Amino acid sequence: MTDSTLVSTTINGDSIEFACPNDETLLDALRNRVGLTGVKEGCGTGDCGACSVTLDGRLVCSCLVLGVEASGREVGTVEGLTTNGELHPLQEKFIEHAALQCGVCTPGFLVAAKALLDKNPDPSETEIRYALAGNLCRCTGYDKIVRAVQATAKDMRKAKKKKG
Amino acid sequence: MAHDQSYKDRKFEVVGNRFKRPDGVEKVTGKARYGADTFAPGQLVGRILRSPHAHAKIKKINTAKAEKLPGVKAIITSKDLPDLTNGDIGLQNILENCMARGRALYDGHAVAAVAAVDEQTARKALKLIEVEYKVLPHVTDVDEAMKPDAPLLHDWIFTSGVDPKPTKPSNIAGRTEMGNGDVEAGFKDADVIVEKSFKTGQTHQGYIEPHACLASVNPDGSAELWVTTQGHFSFRNTCAALLGLDFAALKTTSSEIGGGFGGKTHVWGEPVALALSRKANRPVKLVMNRDEVFRATGPTSSTSIDVKIGAKKNGTITAASAELRYQGGAFPGPWAMLGCMTGFACYDIKNMKAVGWDVVVNRPKSTAYRAPSAPMAAFAIESTMDMVAKEIGMDSVDFRLKNVAREGTRAPYGPIYGPIGIEPTLEAVRDHPHMKAKLKKNQARGVACGFWFNIGGQTCTDLNIGTDGTVNLTVGTVDVGGARASLAMIAAEELGVPYDRVRVNIGDSASLGHNDTTEGSRGTFSSGMATIFAARDAIDVMKERAAKMWDIPVEDIVWENGVARATGKKHGNLPTLSLKEIAAKSHNTGGPIAGHNEITADGAGNGFASHICDVEVDPETGAARVVRYTVVQDAGKAIHLDYVEGQFQGAAAQGIGWALNEEYIYGEDGRLQNAGFLDYRIPVCSDLPFIDTKILEIPNPNHPYGIRGVGETSIVPPLAAVSNAIANAVGVRMTQVPMSPQRVLAALDDLDNAS
Ligand code: FES
Ligand code: FES
Repeated sequence: MTDSTLVSTTINGDSIEFACPNDETLLDALRNRVGLTGVKEGCGTGDCGACSVTLDGRLVCSCLVLGVEASGREVGTVEGLTTNGELHPLQEKFIEHAALQCGVCTPGFLVAAKALLDKNPDPSETEIRYALAGNLCRCTGYDKIVRAVQATAKDMRKAKKKKG
Repeated sequence: MAHDQSYKDRKFEVVGNRFKRPDGVEKVTGKARYGADTFAPGQLVGRILRSPHAHAKIKKINTAKAEKLPGVKAIITSKDLPDLTNGDIGLQNILENCMARGRALYDGHAVAAVAAVDEQTARKALKLIEVEYKVLPHVTDVDEAMKPDAPLLHDWIFTSGVDPKPTKPSNIAGRTEMGNGDVEAGFKDADVIVEKSFKTGQTHQGYIEPHACLASVNPDGSAELWVTTQGHFSFRNTCAALLGLDFAALKTTSSEIGGGFGGKTHVWGEPVALALSRKANRPVKLVMNRDEVFRATGPTSSTSIDVKIGAKKNGTITAASAELRYQGGAFPGPWAMLGCMTGFACYDIKNMKAVGWDVVVNRPKSTAYRAPSAPMAAFAIESTMDMVAKEIGMDSVDFRLKNVAREGTRAPYGPIYGPIGIEPTLEAVRDHPHMKAKLKKNQARGVACGFWFNIGGQTCTDLNIGTDGTVNLTVGTVDVGGARASLAMIAAEELGVPYDRVRVNIGDSASLGHNDTTEGSRGTFSSGMATIFAARDAIDVMKERAAKMWDIPVEDIVWENGVARATGKKHGNLPTLSLKEIAAKSHNTGGPIAGHNEITADGAGNGFASHICDVEVDPETGAARVVRYTVVQDAGKAIHLDYVEGQFQGAAAQGIGWALNEEYIYGEDGRLQNAGFLDYRIPVCSDLPFIDTKILEIPNPNHPYGIRGVGETSIVPPLAAVSNAIANAVGVRMTQVPMSPQRVLAALDDLDNAS
C-alpha cells in the first residue's frame, strides 16, 4: 500500500475529510473518494480541461494536482455551481444554446467559463476563445459554447446593472 | 404490420424548432453518468498490459510474481479467452484484437490484464508480469505494406477480388473495383487531363471520454455490462459470443456517451473486463487512459490515393479514375471499398472507375470515423476537381455544377439516385454572401463537396402512456448529442401533446428487441421512424379506448391534435377526449396504453454537403488558419435545429483538424510517437472561427417526415475545402494532409526554388 494522508478540505463550501494515497491526483480523489464524478478525466495529462476545478478560486486541472494538496484549501467543482437549487446562468445558457452535445466536456467548460467571467465580466470573442483554449470539445466545434458564454456575460452584466 | 413509410408533405407543430434538451440539467450539473461514473459493490480495478512492440512473437508470459502481490484478484491472458468463434473470421479478429494470441500485432496490443483491489495495486501488478518477446520486422505505411517483400502480418490473408486467386499470402486483404462506361475512351475525349497523387495521415475520432466499462459476471453465467458505447446490443452480442454467454444473460446498459464518432462501435476492453470479472468473481471496472485510447482503439485509415480526371474545355468531365489504398491496421476492413463508393458520388460521370486496395499494417485495428473513408477520397478528388477547373479556366463551383449528380443519376456504387441535395447545396454556396465577402492579405477561399450514404437498420422502440397523460419513449439507439430532444419532439408531434410531456429513455439490452448500433447517422432517422410508428400504434389503442368510453364503433373516431374526435352525424356532438382523459381511464378500458414498433428502417436518404472555407496563410511560418467557414448541407427535414447545426459544426471542426493538425506519427521502431492530446492536437477554441451553417431540406421520400441522417456528411468536404483555399492563397497544391506549417512551408520553398 502507498502511504496515505488524511486530507481536510472544503469542497463546494462543505468541510470534507478523506484519506488519500500520497501519489493520488485530486481528480481521482474527487471522483473515487468524494464521489464527485462531475469532474471528468479526458487525458490525465493536463491537455483537455475536462477535469477543471478551482483551487482557492484559481482554475486548475485537477489531474495535475495531488489530492493531498487540497488540504486546508477550497475546491470548487461543477457540482457547486448550482445554488439553492438554481442553475448558474452559465448552466442555463449552455442548455438554451445547445452548447453541449455529448456533454462530457461541459463540466470543465462551465468551471473554466465561470472562472473567466468572475475575472472579466465583459470578454471579447477572442478573450473567450483563448480563456477556453485549455478545454477540448470534440463535438461542437465550439461555436455554440462561445455563444453561450457571450450570452451569459451579457445577461449577467444586465442583471448587475439592474441591481445596482 | 405494414406502415406507410413514405414522406407526406405535412405541416409540423413541434418538429423544426429549438427546445431545451430533456437531459440538459443532468449534464450541466455533473450528475449525468458516463462510462466511468458508476460503481458496484466490491468492484475491482482492471488494467491492461500492452505490447511495446509493433510486431513481436510472444514467447512466454509469466504472471507468477504479479499473482503473489497482495490485492491482485485475477490475471488473464489469451488463455482465459478461449476461441469460441467457430471459424467466424470477423469474430476471431475481434477476439485477437482484444487480447494478443501468441503475437503482438501493433504497439499497444493487449497481452495480459489484471484485476486488483485498487488502481495502485493494479499498476504495480502490471509491472510484475514478465513477457518474453521475439521482436519481428514491422510495417506501418500503407504503400510499404503492399510491396512483395514487406513484413507479413498474417499467413491467412490472400488478396480477395483478384483473378487468379493469389497463391501466396500478403498484406493486401482485398481489391474492389467499381465504375461504369469506358474510362480509356473517355480520357481520349478530354481536352484537359489532371493526374495527381495524395496521402492522408491517420486520425483518431478523439472523443473526450475514454472507453470505460463496469463488468460483472456471476458463476451461474448471468452477467451485466455497463459501458460507454454507440451500440449496446451489438456489444452484448459480441461479448456474449466471445465469452460463451447467452445473449439474454448479459444485460448491457449504455451509459451516457462522451463522444463516439464511430470509435465506440467496436469492442476493445469490454470482453477483457468480463473475463477478468469471471475469473475474480467480482465486478471489474476498466477505464482506459488517453494513451491507451490512441494506441489501442480504432483510429481511421491512413491512405495513399491517385486520381485522374479528364474534361472538355466546356467543363464536361469525360472520364475520371482513382486508385485508393487504405490501411485498416492489423486486421482487414472494408475501408478502401467505402472510399471507392463515395469518392465520385457528387458527380454524374459517364466514364468512371475506382479501384480500392484494403491493406493491413502494424497499427491498431481501424474502425469507423464519421463518414468512414469518405474524407480521404474527397480530399484527393475534390482537390483534383479544383485543379481541372483551373486548367480549363472555369469557376470551381460552376465546374462542379456542370457535372453535378441529380435525381436519376446512377451512383458510383450502383443504385439510381432519388431526390438528392448536392445541386441545391452547390447553388446555395454559389449564392451565399460568404462567396462575395472581401478577403484580406494572405487570405483566400476554397470550396469542396462531400457525400455520405447514411444508413437505417434494425430498430425497436416502445412508447408507454402514463395515467397522468405523460409519455415514456424507450429507444435502443444512444443519445450522442441531443437525440432525446429530437425523438421527444417527434413523439410529441405525432401524439399531439406538448414536448415536455414526453420523456425519452435509452433502453438496456434486456428491455428492448435488438437495435443496430447508432452509426451511419441513423439515430434520428431510424429511431425517429420507429417512434412515429410506435406513436401511431398507441393512437390506434387510444381510439379503441375512446370507442369503449363512448360506446361507439372505432371506425367513427379520428385522432387529431392530441384528441380523439367522434365523426359523422350520429356522434358529431360528443365532446372530444384528450390523450390525458383517455389515459386516466385506461385501467377501466383494457389496461395500460402502449405503442410498439419493430422495424428494419430502410430508405435512408443520401447526405450531401458543400462547404466554403477562407484561410489565411502565414508565408513566413507556413501556418494556415481558417478564418471563416460555412457549411451547407441537406438534412431532408431538420427535427431540432440546434442539434442539426451542431452536427454540421462539429463535423466541420473535425475535418479542419484533420486538414491542418491531426496525424498519427510512428517512429522507425513502429511505436506511436504522439499518443496524447498535447502532441496529437485537435482544434481548440482559439483555433476556429464561428462556423456558419445553412440547413437545406430536400425531403427523403422514404421517411414519414422526410428525414435524412445529418451526423456525418460534413466531415467529408473540409480537407479539400481547406486545401483548395490554401492553393488559392499561396499557389501551392498540397497533396498531403495534415497540411502542417512544415509541409506548407516546404511546398512554398519548392515553389520559390522552381521559379
Ligand atoms: S483530465 Fe485533466 S486536463 Fe485532461
Ligand atoms: S460536447 Fe462532446 S466533447 Fe464537448
